Amino acid sequence: MNVGSLPAADLTRRLRGDGLRLRNGPAVMCVRSQLDEVRDGIALHYAGHEVPTEDSFTNFHISVNRPPGLRSWLRAQVQFSLDGELPFSPLPGNQGFPLFEWGMNWCLSMHLHRFLMLHAAVVERDGRALILPAPPGSGKSTLCAGLVWHGWRLLSDELTLIDPASGRITPVPRPVSLKNASIEVIRQFAPQATFGPVVPETVKGSIGHFSPPPGTVERAHDTALPAWVVLPRFVAGASTQLQPLSKGRALMALVDNSFNYQIHGAGGFHTLAALVHRSECFEFSYSRLEEAVALFAELADRRADGQAEERTDVPREPSA
Amino acid sequence: MTSDREALILRVLREPERLRTLSQVQWALLAGQARRADLLARVASMAIEVVGRSKLSAQVGAHLDDVLMLAKAQQDEVRREVEFLAQALAPLGIPVTLMKGAAYLMSGRQAAKGRLYSDIDIMVPKIRIAEVEATLMLHGWAGSHHNPYDQRYYRQWMHEIPPMQHIHRATTLDVHHAILPETARLRPSSALILGSAVPLADDARVQVLSPHDMVLHSMTHLFHNEELSHGLRDLSDLDLLLREFGALPGFWPGLVARAKQLDLGRPLFYGVRHARRSFATPVPEEVVAELAAHGPRQPLASLMDALWARGLGPQHASAAATYAAPALFALYVRAHWLRMPPLMLARHLTTKALTSKPKPATSP
Repeated sequence: MNVGSLPAADLTRRLRGDGLRLRNGPAVMCVRSQLDEVRDGIALHYAGHEVPTEDSFTNFHISVNRPPGLRSWLRAQVQFSLDGELPFSPLPGNQGFPLFEWGMNWCLSMHLHRFLMLHAAVVERDGRALILPAPPGSGKSTLCAGLVWHGWRLLSDELTLIDPASGRITPVPRPVSLKNASIEVIRQFAPQATFGPVVPETVKGSIGHFSPPPGTVERAHDTALPAWVVLPRFVAGASTQLQPLSKGRALMALVDNSFNYQIHGAGGFHTLAALVHRSECFEFSYSRLEEAVALFAELADRRADGQAEERTDVPREPSA
Repeated sequence: MTSDREALILRVLREPERLRTLSQVQWALLAGQARRADLLARVASMAIEVVGRSKLSAQVGAHLDDVLMLAKAQQDEVRREVEFLAQALAPLGIPVTLMKGAAYLMSGRQAAKGRLYSDIDIMVPKIRIAEVEATLMLHGWAGSHHNPYDQRYYRQWMHEIPPMQHIHRATTLDVHHAILPETARLRPSSALILGSAVPLADDARVQVLSPHDMVLHSMTHLFHNEELSHGLRDLSDLDLLLREFGALPGFWPGLVARAKQLDLGRPLFYGVRHARRSFATPVPEEVVAELAAHGPRQPLASLMDALWARGLGPQHASAAATYAAPALFALYVRAHWLRMPPLMLARHLTTKALTSKPKPATSP
């Protein structure tokens, strides 16, 4: 069963009652919310997501609701909770759906330590994954959004989950979050994208989400091996430029954008070393999305034609 | 609290065999209660032992792997930090005397199993605290709480200097010279405690408190703590310590006498009482009888039982007792009351209320 096959009344009843079970990549959330905008956001963006049966295990019990008390009469607010604890300060009352998304990202990035986790967008084509690690403001989400409407499959716009044993990346298909001017750029670029309401004046500016493109959620279990690491940078007016990046610097960039590198200890180093070893690594600056997606299509085709050698001699962690 | 309403986390910690028969939905409830109490890694290591990793469902097994990975990383980090501390303090000729979690880990106690750590606690003689602080600063541990009020609070009144944090590794270190504040009602002797500390078998630079003192300190810490978000975890630690040390010859006969010597009869009374209540910790009858004299009288005894039953219970919504919030507040006030004389307390709480810090905004 998936969210789209639940009658609207049933969805509301679950969210307001014992919670809606919602598959979120490798985890299952149990979500409660009294808020219409959270329900509407889930109905719109999560229609294809699996609703596990009532007798299954759930990893995280979360809620997004108005805080109790008199204060909410003065100024509407929303708060996120995990197991009844409140990790963040409340946000203004219209930010329920963005808070739901941020809260779920936080839950995964704080807990799924069996994966080495990167703060990076990741997309796939022909079974090969392209990792875009970058701090906020670098144009990572915009580039990711452009790619997933031009031949690439969305694995995640936010969280790259690497299995240390196999080196493979587990998808977390979710709505893609865009900020400010990027929202209009992608609306123009991909008119077929399904956008939810834009929420203005969040800490990150205006936030808009579009639903995972068709076929993405259905393939949530198809993992992919990394083939490219690209550090993107949006520079207004810049020409499209792809520059080789040394494996060492690529590795350091991955470390900088990792949520739990230190928790993996020496194993974390070996996982990332193997990843950069098997990947082509680049720095990329752009201002025109059309040129960017054309360049990445070419990059993927070149690799598919076998012009770039496939690395099979990936170093293994020493078995000391 | 009737037994069928009792929280799953308590039943499982008392009888780990129950882990064999949990449904997937019960596992989800248990994981939530345990995470909220910072006990998920302990439940995970029990499950691996009792049930076996291969017999857990894929989803539960993976969820437990996640937290065990974190626990392993934190334990490795504590071991490294202890080595750095031993190297830093060696030139002063002062051993690193570990307390609480780091002590359980380094001395191989059962209570280290699936324990998560937020900081390391050490104890040094008060007369040498300035030297120790200066040396630690040279090795990269920086002080915190730089405003004048907090400095005075720690340095004049408390049993520790302001928490230190390593500038590169961001690990937190609490340097104590006593186990209770200077201003507290009870005044256990630091000299007696440090004098009985026991070096680690494989590293004489590092020592832990004697079994009696380790138990008494952990009880004193718990039953004077104003903040009980780790109350159940600390009580579970006590249960494991008492079970392990209780098997040593001479442990039980000397414990009450040592508590009297250190002025810690009351914390021992509470510790034994609530470990037995929550975890059915085996304690000889004569010890229980002897301790009765150290408990509060009626009607205070019943009130304190009711407060601790709430303060030390699970705080997860599915398990929290009725009136848990006022009980936690009452215990918060009580902890301060025991720490300081009334006028000082009034001044302190007023200052804190006027200078409280906000929570972080959403970051992801």
